[in-house]
Amino acid sequence: MYKKITLLGNIYQFHSLKEIMAKANEERSGDILAGISAENMKERMAAKTILADLPLSDFRNYPLLSPEEDEVSRVIEEGMDTEVYKKIKNWTVAELREYILDESHESNDLLTIGRGLTSEMIAAVAKLMSNLDLIQAASKIEVITHCNTEVGHKGVLAARAQPNHPSDNLLGMRASLYEALSYGAGDAVIGINPVIDTTNNIYGLLCETKEVMEQFAIPTQNCVLSHVTSQMRAIEKGAPADLIFQSLAGTQAGNESFGISVSMLEEASALIFEKGTAKGSNRWYFETGQGSELSANAHFDIDQVTLEARCYGLAKKFQPFLLNTVVGFIGPEYLYDSKQVTRAGLEDHFMGKMHGLPMGVDVCYTNHMKADQNDMENLSTLLATAGVNYVIGVPMADDCMLNYQSLSYHDIATLRSVFRLRPVAEFEKWMEKYGILEDGKLGLAAGDPTLFMNRA
Amino acid sequence: MNKDSLLALKKSTPARIGVGRTGTRPLTKDFLLLRIDHAAAVDTVYGEVSAKLLDQFNLFTVDTCFETKERYLTRPDLGRIFAEDAQALILEKCVKRPVVQIVISDGLSSNAIEENLRDVYPTLLDSLESYNLTTGTPFFVRGGRVACMDVIGELLEPEAFILLIGERPGLVCAHSLSAYMCYRPRVGTKESDRMVISNIHQRGTTPIEAAAHMGTMIHKMLEQKTSGVSLVI
Repeated sequence: MYKKITLLGNIYQFHSLKEIMAKANEERSGDILAGISAENMKERMAAKTILADLPLSDFRNYPLLSPEEDEVSRVIEEGMDTEVYKKIKNWTVAELREYILDESHESNDLLTIGRGLTSEMIAAVAKLMSNLDLIQAASKIEVITHCNTEVGHKGVLAARAQPNHPSDNLLGMRASLYEALSYGAGDAVIGINPVIDTTNNIYGLLCETKEVMEQFAIPTQNCVLSHVTSQMRAIEKGAPADLIFQSLAGTQAGNESFGISVSMLEEASALIFEKGTAKGSNRWYFETGQGSELSANAHFDIDQVTLEARCYGLAKKFQPFLLNTVVGFIGPEYLYDSKQVTRAGLEDHFMGKMHGLPMGVDVCYTNHMKADQNDMENLSTLLATAGVNYVIGVPMADDCMLNYQSLSYHDIATLRSVFRLRPVAEFEKWMEKYGILEDGKLGLAAGDPTLFMNRA
Repeated sequence: MNKDSLLALKKSTPARIGVGRTGTRPLTKDFLLLRIDHAAAVDTVYGEVSAKLLDQFNLFTVDTCFETKERYLTRPDLGRIFAEDAQALILEKCVKRPVVQIVISDGLSSNAIEENLRDVYPTLLDSLESYNLTTGTPFFVRGGRVACMDVIGELLEPEAFILLIGERPGLVCAHSLSAYMCYRPRVGTKESDRMVISNIHQRGTTPIEAAAHMGTMIHKMLEQKTSGVSLVI
């Protein structure tokens, strides 16, 4: 593909769809590091202008990474509803944007259109959308998934409790989990990042979280976020897991660097449906995040927004219960500051929802990034208005194991209070039973982790 | 809230639990504590190692191609390479083909060097000496990344390499040091050939303990003429 445009008196030439896609991105350090970013604002606008006029069919005719050479591309291609695609293939990206934002098109219309789009098309339209466009569009889409409980209903903001401990100490994990529960966090999932990736340790953590759930009759689901193969070994041994987890990349080579393949995920899928402890039809938990392909040198000069969308194309095949981008975890060489993290969080949330995925966001940052807790609070309010399915909470926003900051349990309670959002229905009843919630507000017992020490 | 029960919970984890609330928000002192710890972490990323400390150990300074802190953070590739004049300086000042080359770098935490070098460095020299291992000319690299050892390895051709470098700061500790070690690092060395002792600070792996361990590891590398996954320890 070759395109030329005159803008503000300058001539801009682009030699491939890959180049147009990369240069049409809002600025981010990862694209600069990869050497594929626009030179300046005018070139960025030239790329966006050209992108707006491209028909959707161009994205199938000029694949960025062909299905023959990459299995993620194959999954995306196979996952596309060709009947829907045929009806819209002559639309330009601009027309797609305007269809999405038209007030007469609601959740089901967008989800239907989404089935006829490849991940690259969804990434393309995100590049033509402002932050408020991304919020407006995503807020229309309702994606409900079912494990032990249902997550994703309009008016609900769920939260993952992340009771990590620097040495996977079970008592310490419990203590942190009690704190989460006492603020009403944990309705999306009780999900632990383990330090030690051994079968026995995963087994122990799954048993312990399940025991807490049973002891206090908590309507939620458990998960230990180790490599998928070590979870499989623990589940084979009889560990009680409601969900199975894996981090995803947007290229086959990226996934190889994670030590996974599509066939391995299929195997894990079969196992969790056969031996998992949940009832519902969605049993996967995935995490993603812009920049992981570049960090594994598996990006093929494709920009990080498009690669992120491709993760969602892969995830869609497995109908996950939860999927979140860990948006600010990767560091300033991919997303430099709060402006870039905010943009990426909104893009990821929108692109995931357009794929029909139950999007959550880990609103987070590292200490070498130009961002602070105020920036996370800002992004969390934007995402709450955009209808994010869930966010992640850690004690006082500080994850003492992963050494990064996310949202605090206080922040989750605050978002629910300010935006009049509720926890997952069954979980809300459970909170009321324990006095954590009274008349829709934090109750007397809220914030007291000792609540769970002498009760069964 | 039961105070004894709460104390038992708090003792079991470094997580900031049992902090209480006012409405949906944290209490002022806990909110300020979080911001104070973050301030320490940010300042160490942007901080500088003092000339006084470098002089104390006779370390001359070489810059990588990072130029500014902003570029250091966004372009890790520039922290792995040296301009021609910097390379010339290394060649001019340093003994060639040493058995062990020691390099110190600020990395992502200048405080890691400030807080730990006085303890870790003399003990490391003692530990190497106890194995009869000699060292080359040590120096300080400003704006270094781990793989800067490969370029230095090309220039000086040491048998073994020790890079003491500041880690990405966390809130619990903003001055944690890592020691990366490698047998004959050269341009193109695989990451899996490097070995690391991380979390070196007074409340983690203590500097003295870490230094003794480094000596043993270097000794084994030289004995087995390898490092990384294939080294038997």
